[in-house]
Amino acid sequence: MNDPADLTIGAAGAALRGGELTASELLEAVLKRASMTEAHLHSYLTIDREGAVEAAAAADSALRKGDDLGPLHGIPIALKDNMVTRGIETTCSSKILAGYKPPYDATVVERMRQGGAVVVGKTNLDEFAMGSSTENSAYGPTRNPWNTDRVPGGSSGGSTAAVAVGSALAALGSDTGGSIRQPASLCGVVGMKPTYGLVSRYGLIAFASSLDQIGPMTRTVSDAVDVLGVMAGHDPKDATSYRGDLPDFGSGLDGGVEGLRIGVASELSGEGIDTPVVDAFRRTCDALAEAGAKVTELSLPSFEAALSAYYLIAPAECSANLARFDGVRYGLRKEAETVEDMMAATRAEGFGPEVIRRILLGTYALSAGYYDAFYGQAQKVRTLILEDFARAYSEVDVVVSPTSPTTAFEVGARTDDPLSMYLSDLCTIPSNLAGHPAVSVPIGLDEGLPIGFQVMAPALGEQVMFQVAAAVERMAAFDARAPLATSEIS
Amino acid sequence: MSYESVIGIETHVELATASKMFCGCKVDFGAEPNTTVCPVCLGLPGAMPVPNERAIEWIVKIGLALGCDIAPHSLFHRKNYFYPDLPKNYQISQYDLPICVNGTLDVTVDGETRAIGITRVHMEEDTGKSLHVGEGGRIHGADHSLLDFNRSGVPLVEVVSEPDIRSAAEARAYATELQGLIRSLGVSDAKLEEGSMRFDANVSLRPEGVEELGIRTETKNMNSLRSLEQALAYEIDRQGEVLGSGGSITQETRHWNEQDGMTHAMRGKEESSDYRYFPEPDLVPLAVDDAWREQVRSTLPELPQARRIRLMESGIEEGAARQLAADAAMGELFTDAVAAGGEARDVANWLTGEVVAHLKRDDIAVTEIPLTSDHLRELSEMTAKGDLSATAAKEVLGGVMMGEGSPSQVAAARDLIQVTDVAALGSEVDAVLAANGDAVEKIRQGETKAVGFLVGQVMKATGGKADPKVVGDLIVSKVKGG
Repeated sequence: MNDPADLTIGAAGAALRGGELTASELLEAVLKRASMTEAHLHSYLTIDREGAVEAAAAADSALRKGDDLGPLHGIPIALKDNMVTRGIETTCSSKILAGYKPPYDATVVERMRQGGAVVVGKTNLDEFAMGSSTENSAYGPTRNPWNTDRVPGGSSGGSTAAVAVGSALAALGSDTGGSIRQPASLCGVVGMKPTYGLVSRYGLIAFASSLDQIGPMTRTVSDAVDVLGVMAGHDPKDATSYRGDLPDFGSGLDGGVEGLRIGVASELSGEGIDTPVVDAFRRTCDALAEAGAKVTELSLPSFEAALSAYYLIAPAECSANLARFDGVRYGLRKEAETVEDMMAATRAEGFGPEVIRRILLGTYALSAGYYDAFYGQAQKVRTLILEDFARAYSEVDVVVSPTSPTTAFEVGARTDDPLSMYLSDLCTIPSNLAGHPAVSVPIGLDEGLPIGFQVMAPALGEQVMFQVAAAVERMAAFDARAPLATSEIS
Repeated sequence: MSYESVIGIETHVELATASKMFCGCKVDFGAEPNTTVCPVCLGLPGAMPVPNERAIEWIVKIGLALGCDIAPHSLFHRKNYFYPDLPKNYQISQYDLPICVNGTLDVTVDGETRAIGITRVHMEEDTGKSLHVGEGGRIHGADHSLLDFNRSGVPLVEVVSEPDIRSAAEARAYATELQGLIRSLGVSDAKLEEGSMRFDANVSLRPEGVEELGIRTETKNMNSLRSLEQALAYEIDRQGEVLGSGGSITQETRHWNEQDGMTHAMRGKEESSDYRYFPEPDLVPLAVDDAWREQVRSTLPELPQARRIRLMESGIEEGAARQLAADAAMGELFTDAVAAGGEARDVANWLTGEVVAHLKRDDIAVTEIPLTSDHLRELSEMTAKGDLSATAAKEVLGGVMMGEGSPSQVAAARDLIQVTDVAALGSEVDAVLAANGDAVEKIRQGETKAVGFLVGQVMKATGGKADPKVVGDLIVSKVKGG
């Protein structure tokens, strides 16, 4: 057998149940892979070796007793460090939460554990998930496993890099404006943002509550279906969580695209997108058409305003969500003469520049006299985007675009230019504003760097979205592994 | 120049739900500090609010009792400001779409009833409590501060009146009426002293006949209905003096000081009032459909105003009627006792007299003493039959409230039953008549005053247990007949 760290969830699950592999062996392989790659990547902030070894042993003993907890039983997974874990340091990559050990598990963490998953550790992110490169981490950037001079994307860059090199078989990320899909695209893995409300946000440290959604990062579309299946479903602790019955997310994986109507979002596949990315995207669209899909060009004009609307709504919500980090009850405290001065000093010291920039932006956008012009206007754009999507879905089953306008850029290339960094999320933001599901699937390489293909679907349209994604995956036959994951390094 | 005062009152009421507004923590004001808390009410990273359905039901109840329109859809907003006892540094409250709007509350002062408009009734969460140690208990200059988050997240209802109130006395009447209403709904104990009901009053003056409102101040820290009236009377006088001497009012928050009987401008920097409200993205819009609203309406008890009118129509004088109508538990005792056959005026007098005095003395609620409506009915019957004198009845009532048993048990144990049996009293009367020939003679000559003297002698001889009315009749009939 190959190195177990290179297995998909499906293959590892079969090996575990067939007695060819134990969860403990699988974990050891993953931890060994981490020990080889971490010095180059820095995808983890915390590795909970002790907890993981215990969980793997428990998974093995349960399986021996015939107690099968489902597709993630015994599977080593990583958690983005903005999901709280009882007793395990959770920092959001911020100095303000250095050393903070939450007293409770996020609902997704509970569900992972109940599903038999083995939590390896907590992964790096842009501070409070604000960024597109994982460079805004108070604990140092994560590197791209395809080229360590490049960024992995962000903000879930640590989770993505870990999955790309096999220091976890799957990871959970969070996606507010593309934070799962864009790094998945840049690192050559599958990254999926579910319909808003499908996965509980309880215990996800909020960035922008109306946009945040936890989702899976995996090596295959089928693995993403498995992880989503374990996480999804109503949570009484999240008032925005979906109460209805869940569709069978994976029922169309083998269905192909014949007869499906696929819309190409023209606003997201021309101007502003690098030529090699557009070319790869077009080739895949052609292949879909050849496979029997009806591929048409669609115009969604409101998408032009999506980025601007996002950069008002997300900062506005973050300005309130991050107000609780004040030095009073937990985390960093900088002593000062008065309580106001203590709070101000703590926040000035504890937050990095991008977080401060967004808090200021959001505070301004909500201020008396500016609310209507900024926040109010942005909410209207959101309505227009929903209307455009609704029009599109009256004609097509899914909308497709490139995931990221570029392949992975160089470390430091955009850190001094926030606007160019913000453009990284051009193609992913509309789905967040609409609350719709979307997935990125790797389709090829340009100069050794992965390119991602995005499939968007209407709310609760995960089933058809995965169906198209699985077809794209088969056509692309993207089986290249990141150089850092192979045995070249030791 | 003569001024008209314009007063609007914001009232905060803590609901007595079993659990908090957005989490399952117990509402328990007596608990050790920071023991009824969880990630949600501590504002820990990642925690999310889930609304308490009972609290929503209760605010709908309050809104209906105030004659409000209940919004089919309303929104929670975040009200942003930094303060150490506000754990998220925003309060979940309501802004432009509250649950209840457009109500009224009738208020009577000196026999004149006016309808005070209710602008809105909205739902929010309470903050924690700060205890500032040193420097007069205020945050500025305190040596250190202690925080207790047990109160954090307790459901808080805010009732905002229109600026319809015209005097300090009317403000007090409004507050009294609202307190009675809230209590009669059983949704809060509404105690000013303990902060489960709190008033902020906006006061401004304008020249008589002028429509335009003057500049207002907001007065806080009134811990009783009396201090509310005093504070507003002071503030009205103060503003009148400032305006009368050609000055102008500063828009500010003022703190009522119970000790010196004055309002003072709050020290420290004035809070800027830009709360940057925006819709709470962690909660979905609140929907109250017609069916639910009507179901809640069907649970409304008889409201104090209606009860008071009914009581006055049955012959209870206004003061007692107001007292009985305002207190749900008291009103229920009265209604049940009378329905069972108790005499209305006696029962009313006992409840507003001895019972209220007893409760005040021991600082307890009527629900905490062993007095039942059946006890009151029995007491009333014993009095009517003449088994108890008016004085003895009060003593028996005291015994019942102390837990000594039913009225007949207490009366027997304390030996307070009146002797009304003519035969039993005959020999005592005969002895007294024999010993007081002078008095008997005076009665024969028409000096009725002497009857009283002889009754007193018989009462003395029987140790006070004889029914004086029976004794008097007996004396007259024996003397006249003899």
